[in-house]
Amino acid sequence: MSDATNPDIWRKYSPRDSLYRFAWFGGIVFVAAWSLRHLDITWEYFLDAHIQAGDLLTRMFPPDWGHTGQILDPLLETIHIATLGTVVTFAISIPLAFLSARNTTPNWITWFIGRFILVSSRSINTVVWALIFVAIFGPGAMAGIWAITFRSIGFMGKLIAEAIEEIDEGAVEAIEATGAGRLKVLLIGVLPQVLPVIFGTTIYRWDINIRESTVLGFVGAGGIGIELYSSINLFRWPEVAVMLISVFVVVVISEFISAASRSRIT
Amino acid sequence: MLEIKNLTKVYPGGLTALNGVSLSVTEPQVIAIIGSSGAGKSTLIRCINRLVEPTSGSVKLGGEEITTLGRHGLRNARARMGMIFQEYNLVERLTVMENVLSGRLGSVGFWAAFRRNYPPDDVRAAYELLDRVGLKGRHNDRADALSGGQRQRVGIARALMQKPDLLLVDEPTASLDPKTSRQIMRLIVELAHELGTPALVNIHDVALAQASTDRVIALSDGKMVFDGKPDQLTADVLTEIYGEEDWSATIRKDDDDDENGE
Amino acid sequence: MSNGSKSDQGFDTIWKCPPTFITNPNMRFAAWVLLAAYLVWSVGSLEMDWARVAKGLPRAGDMLSRMVPPDFSRQSLLIRGIVESLEMAFAASFIGMILAIPLGLAAASNLAPRPVYLVARGIIVLSRTFHEVIVAIFFVKIVGFGPLAGLLTLIVASVSFISKMIAEDIENMNMGQVEAIKATGASFSKMLIYAVQPQVLPRYLGVCIYRLDANIRHSTVVGIVGAGGIGMTLTATFKRYDYDFSLAILLCIIALVFIGEIFSNWARGKLR
Repeated sequence: MSDATNPDIWRKYSPRDSLYRFAWFGGIVFVAAWSLRHLDITWEYFLDAHIQAGDLLTRMFPPDWGHTGQILDPLLETIHIATLGTVVTFAISIPLAFLSARNTTPNWITWFIGRFILVSSRSINTVVWALIFVAIFGPGAMAGIWAITFRSIGFMGKLIAEAIEEIDEGAVEAIEATGAGRLKVLLIGVLPQVLPVIFGTTIYRWDINIRESTVLGFVGAGGIGIELYSSINLFRWPEVAVMLISVFVVVVISEFISAASRSRIT
Repeated sequence: MLEIKNLTKVYPGGLTALNGVSLSVTEPQVIAIIGSSGAGKSTLIRCINRLVEPTSGSVKLGGEEITTLGRHGLRNARARMGMIFQEYNLVERLTVMENVLSGRLGSVGFWAAFRRNYPPDDVRAAYELLDRVGLKGRHNDRADALSGGQRQRVGIARALMQKPDLLLVDEPTASLDPKTSRQIMRLIVELAHELGTPALVNIHDVALAQASTDRVIALSDGKMVFDGKPDQLTADVLTEIYGEEDWSATIRKDDDDDENGE
Repeated sequence: MSNGSKSDQGFDTIWKCPPTFITNPNMRFAAWVLLAAYLVWSVGSLEMDWARVAKGLPRAGDMLSRMVPPDFSRQSLLIRGIVESLEMAFAASFIGMILAIPLGLAAASNLAPRPVYLVARGIIVLSRTFHEVIVAIFFVKIVGFGPLAGLLTLIVASVSFISKMIAEDIENMNMGQVEAIKATGASFSKMLIYAVQPQVLPRYLGVCIYRLDANIRHSTVVGIVGAGGIGMTLTATFKRYDYDFSLAILLCIIALVFIGEIFSNWARGKLR
């Protein structure tokens, strides 16, 4: 027993490490607790929340199945908004990604602009974009499509740019060595390598966009959100129930399509 | 010490892995279990501590019937059986010391285990065991920083931390190179004899089994087909167990002591 | 398939790159046709007030001119909104990461009994289907306007996301280590902290940090339906055509999210 000074005690962390870990943990708890206290919350409303929630649920049943006829068009519009938005995004995000990837961008200014556009696009929520576009184009699907587009180019552009930065430079070198011009190098050396990522990301984002499109109507940008918002505010709960169920079905189907397609691509 | 009667295991789907195996261990000996893949060796070992639930039959450890124990009783029984695995099964992200001490998880309380606050007797025993298996000073290394042979030594130490009444050893050397295999096997047998603990050792290397163990049991298709001394293993017996082959190369010969270097 | 362009030795002189995704040329043609047909159909079926849209570009220009320069003067309002959003995000992330543990465990097929597993997975699927704005508006109806609704919304979003990740991690972990710990006679809870936690903890922490970043982003938007945070301030500015203040708020949001991402990447890098 000559290795440890006191062989009867073993500690995983030295006292200093323990203190360090405790400080981190304590700090996080403190921030969370302080945030909670500082928020302007009337906790009384929380206490009877479950009763209210139960009451709400009972009012939703039975769902107003007759209302289904009225929501088919808005539902379809929702899908169109998501799909068209994704298609436009596809076109824009590819050149944007090339601009934002260190190995394909002309100079650092273009790279910075590309990255800035990506960050701005991602930071602003789809619904906020919808607010902006409703102010520009007026209420309707147009605003919705552009909202989807402006949010999605950040998402897709970032992932595609990352894929571009990870390609095999050897293949690019080989094409360059044939004397091909810049554009041809991108087209034949880079693009084929990232095509699977592009398609996978497009379908992934399309799936997310279906979910996003369901609420754009809350600010007037088209889709089933408009009906949903008005029914909720008019307290027509059985109608709301039908709409929620239809949204659920659409989202589940789109997720299934997305997962199935992506597994075929990879 | 260990009494197995008519142990049977049928998997859903119809596969009969064990078919009425009976075995009696009355003294502290090291018993090798040999047989071809799928013969039921692994199932037999795991049925004893009920990591696999037997379909029927009886397993008695020190007189206590294991197969009918409830959750609490089963945990106590498992604490009395130390297990050593083919893939070592160490918790890779934890240190060597934590892995060894985890052998005592059957007896320490939850908070003590959570805060790694083990009683001094256990800590001392852990250091002694690590020394005994040749890993002195490595207690604060992360388990995944060790080589295969070293990890298995930690596994042995962990099993022995439990001060077990029985050692269950599942192919301890299958993932190791030949030289390390012999070292590990020797270590297990030495320790088992030192502590007077009976051990059941699954092993596929027949020569190694003959060289190190006190008794050999052979399984074929879920049934026991041989139970006797290592030197009673002849080519005919092996044919019955494994099938027709040239067994002269596998059987250890008396003058076959070519352990060159340790 | 000769097309009259053979070389002297009889080899074809025209070679086309084989397509990667849909090999049958007829199917590819059909796919393009379908795509074109869809575009025509969908654009046609959307009710668009083209007159209004045509006015869009000049309106955008007008809006842009009103936005610039951004108006940062109403600082107290701005800061109050941002702080409220951050507080909602922090508190929700913390509560969410704790509540996600039992749900994640229950949703792991290799640890949880089948009925428990099915119920847990059902809860996760249900809570992930609906956009957080929908969840927010329901909480607003239940507990009233204000940050409580936003807090609850973000908790639901956090729990469903984190628990799904935990469950996936547990299902992918090495079960041999679990077997070994069980063989020592350890109880279920001890097995969790010795065999499950060491394998799952690093990624769990990374996921929680990622979720904090996501919550900061989402906390800015739940205000649009009245659930607190800077979203409420933002909606008001649009309604009142206070576009210069809008831009100020948007720039703050971009900065906030950007900083959040940098912090998130740094913290997750340190965890590795």
